[in-house]
Amino acid sequence: MYEILKKTILNPTVARMEIAAPLVAKKAEPGQFIILRVDEGGERIPLTVADFDREKGTVTIIYQIVGATTMALNQLEEGDCLHDFVGPLGTPSHTEGLKKVAVIGGGVGCAIAFPVAKKLHEQGTEVHSIVGFRNKDLVILEEEFSAVSDKMVMMTDDGSYGTKGLVTNALKELLDAGEQYDEVIAIGPLIMMKFVAKLTKEYGVKTIVSMNPIMIDGTGMCGGCRLSVGGQVKFACVDGPDFDGHEVDFDEAMERATMYKEFERHQYDEACNLFQKEVR
Amino acid sequence: MPNMSLTKNPMPVQEPDVRNHNFEEVALGYTKEQAVDEANRCLHCKHKPCVAGCPVAIDIPEFIAKIKEEDFEGAYQIISKSSSLPAVCGRVCPQETQCESKCVRGVKGEPVAIGRLERFVADYHMANCKAAPVKPESNGHKVAVIGAGPSGLTCAGDLAKAGYEVTVFEALHTAGGVLVYGIPQFRLPKEIVQREIDTLKEIGVKVETNMVIGKVLSIDELFEDGFEAIFIGSGAGLPRFMNIPGENLKGVYSANEFLTRVNLMKAYREGSATPIQHAKKVAVVGGGNVAMDAARCAKRLGAEEVSIVYRRSEAEMPARLEEVEHAKEEGIVFRVLNNPTEILGTEDGFVKGMRCVRMELGEPDASGRRRPVEIPDSEYVLDVDCVIMSIGTSPNPLIRNTTKGLDTNRHGCIITEDESGQTSREGVYAGGDAVTGAATVILAMGAGKHAAKAIDEYIQAKK
Ligand SMILES: Cc1cc2nc3c(=O)[nH]c(=O)nc-3n(C[C@H](O)[C@H](O)[C@H](O)COP(=O)(O)OP(=O)(O)OC[C@H]3O[C@@H](n4cnc5c(N)ncnc54)[C@H](O)[C@@H]3O)c2cc1C
Ligand SMILES: Cc1cc2nc3c(=O)[nH]c(=O)nc-3n(C[C@H](O)[C@H](O)[C@H](O)COP(=O)(O)OP(=O)(O)OC[C@H]3O[C@@H](n4cnc5c(N)ncnc54)[C@H](O)[C@@H]3O)c2cc1C
Ligand code: SF4
Ligand code: SF4
Ligand code: FES
Ligand SMILES: [Mg+2]
Repeated sequence: MYEILKKTILNPTVARMEIAAPLVAKKAEPGQFIILRVDEGGERIPLTVADFDREKGTVTIIYQIVGATTMALNQLEEGDCLHDFVGPLGTPSHTEGLKKVAVIGGGVGCAIAFPVAKKLHEQGTEVHSIVGFRNKDLVILEEEFSAVSDKMVMMTDDGSYGTKGLVTNALKELLDAGEQYDEVIAIGPLIMMKFVAKLTKEYGVKTIVSMNPIMIDGTGMCGGCRLSVGGQVKFACVDGPDFDGHEVDFDEAMERATMYKEFERHQYDEACNLFQKEVR
Repeated sequence: MPNMSLTKNPMPVQEPDVRNHNFEEVALGYTKEQAVDEANRCLHCKHKPCVAGCPVAIDIPEFIAKIKEEDFEGAYQIISKSSSLPAVCGRVCPQETQCESKCVRGVKGEPVAIGRLERFVADYHMANCKAAPVKPESNGHKVAVIGAGPSGLTCAGDLAKAGYEVTVFEALHTAGGVLVYGIPQFRLPKEIVQREIDTLKEIGVKVETNMVIGKVLSIDELFEDGFEAIFIGSGAGLPRFMNIPGENLKGVYSANEFLTRVNLMKAYREGSATPIQHAKKVAVVGGGNVAMDAARCAKRLGAEEVSIVYRRSEAEMPARLEEVEHAKEEGIVFRVLNNPTEILGTEDGFVKGMRCVRMELGEPDASGRRRPVEIPDSEYVLDVDCVIMSIGTSPNPLIRNTTKGLDTNRHGCIITEDESGQTSREGVYAGGDAVTGAATVILAMGAGKHAAKAIDEYIQAKK
């Protein structure tokens, strides 16, 4: 059993938990993820290692409440335990040798992007962060990102905070202004990553995206997380989740993510009734 | 007076049209009377040909003799000298190619139903023998076992009985390996596997789930943690795909994914948290036990039509005879000598059909089986909304990629010296599907037993 040591609400649908998981904390690197089950009989869901403390033996996760399992997770409080918590899974993000990088986070994707930005900053890489949210209420990790960024751009879709527009607008501006990046790292909704990759391809800038297909085991055993990358089949849980954004077939990935939409909606409604709570 | 009936006592089963709507066990097991009657078919041959057909050499005529005397617990004691999972093997061994294939009664008529008798004895023991297992005194030596499938569990059990402090590290959240994530409830109730694991715990085996070795801890770290020897029983869990167009459409599963969702994650149960597609027309590609299990699960989830699509003929199918028979009874359609070439999708990315080509058998290939060759211009489209790829698995690369000096062959299987399971790394032993590629429960169990013996000798010699 894995105890929740700390829980912080970040915005109406996003929260952060610090979990006691010494063995995971010992090995975790930015870019890796864990798989958890909230309770016995629960579904297995992957969440990124948002932070870790090797000394304290803790791993931080940040989750957005989007459906039944994340809602069940959010019912737990400090002192409660998760039934299962396995990791670190996946391949760590490659950061060696990078001198200047643009890190782009969209929505809860910022939680995934942050540990990478932090590691880059700590190793002396110049980090330009572009973070985007739908509106001001949904902003998370602003301070954390500023602390590790040499330049930081805040975007909201509706202009209620920072600059109005999409992260791609901000990236284009920086590129047009002559910024030279060794790499762009883009993490967020598939549609965002698709358009960032499209843009950077025009500019010839290498782009890494973090893919989040539906997973079960996370060890390469089921093939459910497969993607087409450069015309080849890859298992995101072991070969990724980071991939070359110019090679990924985003349209296929977007299709595959909707596989269980109906079931998920039903489960979500049931969970809402169960917890008698209106989220969103 | 031997029973000279040419046929086995039939196994009582759930009616096909009832059972293909539920996940309860199909075969119900012999009654005492049936077991004794069947035991009386055994001629107690002096040269025991049947024993040679059993990979772990259970003394078959001896245990059957005890059944004749109605000393069922005595029969169990004889079996348990050679096998630690009789309730499992009695259910899932391919008896027709093993013990029963060598039985003299099979020369004219059917062989003695050795597997069914083994199952009867094991079930009898579980239901009637309440003696709690005794925890042996520790000899102070620590051994790690990777993977809680039949090979790992057997190795752990034998070592624990010899006094070792054994910890089993399992990647998934439940121990049991293929016995819990692959083979369905209706063929092997999970309670049976759980009981075996509980027994191991009672004799002192520690089972640590959620431990992906190679990620959480490496083999080298296990040695640093004080384990003196390590057994790798990590199975062959990496699914193969055909690499044909359309394989990434929604509704195409590997058998591993489909069965994991159904069995391990209990997606068949009302109210399960794990989703599964409830397809109407399903094609399962392949002809092994895995394919039969996937097909029968799909049927039970409510599919109207489920087909096995296999490129060779029925004679070449690697599945157990009983599984093929049961599948047919349950209404699974067998489309043999058919090979998929493409999966077709709807506009929104779901499967809507599978293009197949008809095959015929040509000259024998490397496997000794006649090679299937395409019949020109024989393409057609099979109307399906779900395709389950069940064309084989290979060992997961996680361990070999993170363990220096561990030799593997070109199929990714760990190379062992001989049946001891000794690998190219000192103190590291391996067995089961991780070594042989996908094989059988009994072979995996046997490998675990041999390795336990070798590990014991290795550690004793070090002292
Ligand atoms: C490697 C990886 C890292 C991730 N990191 C984070 C993170 O740090 N924070 C965060 O909020 N989310 C993260 N996700 C997404 C998260 O796993 C899903 O939001 C979660 O599984 C939804 O579960 P649910 O039951 O609440 O919602 P549901 O209503 O069941 O699903 C909502 C959507 O989430 C996706 N999803 C559903 N089940 C799974 C599954 N088993 N695996 C992956 N995606 C699924 C699907 O696209 C689905 O349409 C990550 C996903 C992956 C693959
Ligand atoms: C659907 C299906 C039906 C079958 N039907 C039959 C049948 O009827 N009769 C028969 O004899 N055989 C059958 N088989 C084959 C049989 O189940 C296997 O040969 C047998 O289970 C192999 O045992 P094992 O211990 O080597 O590996 P497995 O049973 O595969 O167990 C390996 C275990 O190791 C774990 N693991 C893997 N990697 C790691 C890691 N890095 N760290 C920690 N743990 C790890 C896995 O999660 C798994 O639990 C079937 C197989 C399948 C898939
Ligand atoms: S273990 Fe398998 S092969 Fe051996 S006697 Fe039992 S059923 Fe036959
Ligand atoms: S070969 Fe058949 S009849 Fe002879 S001892 Fe074995 S089970 Fe009995
Ligand atoms: S989640 Fe099963 S192979 Fe990746
Ligand atoms: Mg869900």
